[in-house]
Amino acid sequence: MKKHFPIGVLLAVLVSVQLITQWTDTSYYLTQLTMSAYYSLVIIGLCLLMGYAGQISLGHAGFFAIGGYLPAALTTHNLLPHKDHLCVRILDGLGCLVEGVSLYGENILYVHPWPACLIAVSCAALIAFIIGTPVLKLKGHYLAMATLGLGTIIYRVFLAMEYFGEADGISEVPAFPLLPGLSVSGDFSDRTKNYYIACFLLLAGLALAVNLVNSRVGRAMRAIHGAEDAANAMGVNTARYKLNVFVLSAIYAAVAGVFVTHYNGGIGPSEAGVMKSVRYVAIVAVGGMGSLWGVLIMGILLNFLSLRGMFGSFDDAVFGVILIIIMLFAPEGLLRLKIWPKAKAFILGLTKGQRENSGTT
Amino acid sequence: MALLEVNKLNISFGGLHAVAEVDFSVQKGEIKALIGPNGAGKTTLLNLISGNLTPDSGTVKFIDQEIQGLKPFQVAERGMARTFQNIKLFPGMTALENIMIGLHTKTKAGFWAGALNLPSCWKEERKIRKKALELMGLLEIVELQDVDAASLAFGQQRAVEFARALALEPTLLLLDEPAAGLNIYETAELAKLIAKVRDTGITVLLVEHDMSLVMDISDDIVVLSFGKKIAEGSPVEIQTNKEVIKVYLGEDDA
Repeated sequence: MKKHFPIGVLLAVLVSVQLITQWTDTSYYLTQLTMSAYYSLVIIGLCLLMGYAGQISLGHAGFFAIGGYLPAALTTHNLLPHKDHLCVRILDGLGCLVEGVSLYGENILYVHPWPACLIAVSCAALIAFIIGTPVLKLKGHYLAMATLGLGTIIYRVFLAMEYFGEADGISEVPAFPLLPGLSVSGDFSDRTKNYYIACFLLLAGLALAVNLVNSRVGRAMRAIHGAEDAANAMGVNTARYKLNVFVLSAIYAAVAGVFVTHYNGGIGPSEAGVMKSVRYVAIVAVGGMGSLWGVLIMGILLNFLSLRGMFGSFDDAVFGVILIIIMLFAPEGLLRLKIWPKAKAFILGLTKGQRENSGTT
Repeated sequence: MALLEVNKLNISFGGLHAVAEVDFSVQKGEIKALIGPNGAGKTTLLNLISGNLTPDSGTVKFIDQEIQGLKPFQVAERGMARTFQNIKLFPGMTALENIMIGLHTKTKAGFWAGALNLPSCWKEERKIRKKALELMGLLEIVELQDVDAASLAFGQQRAVEFARALALEPTLLLLDEPAAGLNIYETAELAKLIAKVRDTGITVLLVEHDMSLVMDISDDIVVLSFGKKIAEGSPVEIQTNKEVIKVYLGEDDA
């Protein structure tokens, strides 16, 4: 299949990156690459919403945070003192609880990461569904404002609640045992494994997205982007499609949040901040909105640079500036700049000239 | 039996009574035209029928069901397709993809099927691609299939929009000024095309300014002026109607 060929190429690149870091003894890069891969998942989801369905969201850091905070809280709060509470007994009855020993040697009872993950992702999806129904009736700037408000509310809620650790966030989040012998954690010994877990998740998320945009649903999404009322007149239930894509992109963000939190062993309120949402939007814009591949490349690259501390304390400022410059000079994204065909023609011309030269001599 | 029945339809925008107590009906198999001077409320009436606007009062009956207040996509699902006065194609999509959107209601693949790329999707896609190409063949625009809709010439855009509406396999086709911007040769071609469409069993309701086109192909005409229906009848009746002549040529014709 032609459209799946690039995914194979990407897989090869990801594997060779790992091998290169191993040979050159620079495997510490894998930590940031792993996190970049997770953040890129958010960006793929946002690309479906913004680039394909044409609906902006400045609240996706909120969904990421829901995906991060809920498992963090559920897997760290000791439920032993509340053992007789109805909710705890229900969770226990469903086999969702595990007993363990905390760092300080006391016995604790907490929610297993798997049900915590499912709760977090469904919660993000539900909130996206409830909020999306009225909010997606808005267009353009108004939609941006409304989703910005949503993101701010989620941020303030996490910042205000003691349960979520207020300004400190939550730390000491346990590893996420995906399968026996395979868990998401920040342990150095698991670094390579975790890199491949992230790569797998990224490729799976990407494959689903690529399939989707090439399907009937993707065509309807692009039609909504192009001319919403015409799409509606052709029998496309535009309200439902927009809502579904919004929920889907929230799920992408929440899944990324779950994995990043278990990988980092914690989460803080800055992950929910509005500047994070702006960053996601900026990366989608740099990558070229309606180009999953451009967005993916930029997602990995910019997140990697940012996580390596290349932008120093100007991190947020850099992404703000990137957004402004892209909107002014390359609204279609870097990869669709007009210089690329010209550069290609120039290089082709050079090689052709060389061949002609070598022919005459 | 009437396919479409419009009954005492009203809509106001602020103080402007854009459509006032309009009623008319469209019989199955005919070409009905909706004419009137600029600002008479023709497009508004069309939007009320297609669900783009909801009337303040009155009913629209399509195939024996009241459809006022339904969303446009629900009206489309019931077999009514339309074109727009200021052509609304989907930019960034090829002409073929534009027409395939017209076949949206004929296919079922949802989010899961699409994301997992199930074999049922491929089958459906192949089917509607073939159907869309057939329609392009009918309109003699097959060579445009891979061209971005935004870079098509004006007449070509009209043709693609027409094909997209036909793709819905409508019972009733609403055309909003299909001849606008076409020269007399293109208009003549369009007249033939509309007649051909009617002959395949599709009923047509068209809003049009071009009198030669309207008088040539319509079976029946409704005339609107300032939101009110002032006349209804065959082309010959309309041409000799005093009220209509007054509206079009002015009160005091020298």
